[in-house]
Amino acid sequence: MAGLQLVNLTKRFGTTAAVYDFSLDVHDGELMCLLGPSGCGKTTTLRMIGGFATPDGGDILIEGHSVLALPPERRPTAMVFQRFNLWPHMTVTDNIAFGLRLRHLPPAAIHRKVGETLQLVGLPHAARKWPHQLSGGEQQRIAVARALVLEPKILLLDEPFSNLDARLRVRMREELKTLQRQVGITTVFVTHDQEEALTLADRIAVMNKGVMEQVDTPGVLYRRPQGLFVADFMGTMNFIRARYHRDRGALAGGQVGIAARGDWHDGAVVTVAFRPEDVTFVDGDAGIPVQVRRVVNLGHYLEVTVDGSGVAAIKVFTDGQRPMAEGQSLNIHFRRILVYAEGLPLAEIEMPRLTHLRTAEEVVESSPSV
Amino acid sequence: MSAVGEAVRERVGGLFWFWSVGAFRRSLPVLFLLGLAAFILGPLLSLILWAFAGRWFYPALLPQEFSLKWWDVVFGNRSVVNSIKYSLMTAPTVTLLSALICLPAAYAFARFQFPGRRFLLLSFLSANSFPKIGLYISIATLFYRLHLMTTFWGVVLIQLMGTLLFMIWIPTGTFRGINRSLEEAARDVGASGARTFFQITLPIAMPGLLVAGLFAFLAAFDEAQGTLIVGSPNYITMPVMMYTLVLNYPQPVGAVFSILLTLPSLVLLLLAQRLLRQGYLAAGYTL
Repeated sequence: MAGLQLVNLTKRFGTTAAVYDFSLDVHDGELMCLLGPSGCGKTTTLRMIGGFATPDGGDILIEGHSVLALPPERRPTAMVFQRFNLWPHMTVTDNIAFGLRLRHLPPAAIHRKVGETLQLVGLPHAARKWPHQLSGGEQQRIAVARALVLEPKILLLDEPFSNLDARLRVRMREELKTLQRQVGITTVFVTHDQEEALTLADRIAVMNKGVMEQVDTPGVLYRRPQGLFVADFMGTMNFIRARYHRDRGALAGGQVGIAARGDWHDGAVVTVAFRPEDVTFVDGDAGIPVQVRRVVNLGHYLEVTVDGSGVAAIKVFTDGQRPMAEGQSLNIHFRRILVYAEGLPLAEIEMPRLTHLRTAEEVVESSPSV
Repeated sequence: MSAVGEAVRERVGGLFWFWSVGAFRRSLPVLFLLGLAAFILGPLLSLILWAFAGRWFYPALLPQEFSLKWWDVVFGNRSVVNSIKYSLMTAPTVTLLSALICLPAAYAFARFQFPGRRFLLLSFLSANSFPKIGLYISIATLFYRLHLMTTFWGVVLIQLMGTLLFMIWIPTGTFRGINRSLEEAARDVGASGARTFFQITLPIAMPGLLVAGLFAFLAAFDEAQGTLIVGSPNYITMPVMMYTLVLNYPQPVGAVFSILLTLPSLVLLLLAQRLLRQGYLAAGYTL
């Protein structure tokens, strides 16, 4: 089992901890994404796995054995960097063969392996070319080939596609995913692009300020983000600050009342979160009255921004079926909401019962940010 | 006010009437270039003429008679031939020694953060920021005690001083320009630190290092003051010999020797141009 375990990994730069008490189990053959905003410690974590940074605490296990004492050249890991991967003074073949030659393989075997790997990354004709004759995408593919040819146990990728243009990036993602499935190699992929993580990963570990926020499959991560950071970071999310009224069994935020019972204490301030696709438009008096502020056509769907009823800028995704115009009055309803309260597990409410509150004193004092 | 301006313009316009002629203004860059070429190549041309002139008396524009006799004079002179020998011994030795001392230092300057890094880097300017002759005199007194005066290694040491700046600064920049991930990628596929340096870093840095070596060679080759003080009379190199030749021989001898002195610089500069072009080619590789 070529699993990778990170145990309470900590890395400090000066007095600040770049990575703090980070633990993660990557299963055999799994594609794990480390996702987070820049400066969250994801690249530092990857570099620690590869041996390019020394942790101040914790352990790194590959197949159950600690690799902490090994220098990068003796770890069973292979890394693909963000850029400047290929050595400009060597041809593609020499780039790929470099590691094999260090291992004193016979020339015939080297030739065969280089050929196979080039075939694998779809560039069989690039063998004699020089790095500067290749496009950015081709260079990164050769870098992947160079990493794979050594048959490492763990493949490490540090934002390998971030310097490519958007279209190519999407294609390279798919290719990498296919390749990873084909080879079955345990992979850790670092990215700040949540779309990339969602499309690529078997599981995603979301990092923030050096700390693990949540590790889950893309589906769970999107549907049930465990904290406000992940909720805000993954995809688009609407937030309403609300206060819990235990006697009425309801959350009140702005002029929106939501029937809910929970472990919150009376008067607790909670955050109600819901996805734009979980907002529906309803006819008649049901739901919460709002005004349309902005309509953006994103091709296969509309992104509508609404406000009113004491709540600011709610984003709604809707198909183009119902006509939308700026200034138009509408009623909205929520299909599903998540309730975040400090120190309490996430509460999930399907099809909550909504009421439009009329009295001013029930308006929760607005807070600048969630 | 404007009337005065008008008058001035009229006056000037009268004097520089050709300024308004379009053809003249268009030909200005060409004229400038020709002027520059004459300024640089003119003396060189006259040098070549002098070197091959048998008889050349005023007011003739070209020598009345061409001859190689001055070349015979130069190559027939033992001390002149010796100076060529010494120059070709010291300059390469200095360049090699300078590379051995400076390249590891340059790598350290480029790759490691250590206290006093900036100060040390700047300190290499210090040898070039004082009047050299004073420095040489005080070094000479030191060399007397160390018995380095009029020795080969004394000359090498004094010439080494002038090369340090080139051999530290240019390679530091070159090494810094090589992205770390290129080295890390080599470590990653199994190369040791030393192997990474010799098979990855050094070849990629080579164009820059060769250019630095070139400058160092030329600096050592052209060094005259220090060599004169430390080396003479045993070690007279070509630039030092030049003083003697110019002062004690007819003009064509100096011209012949000048050409000999220019030759290595010329060859190396042409070589450098090619290297630089290759360097740019390598730099053109980006993502």
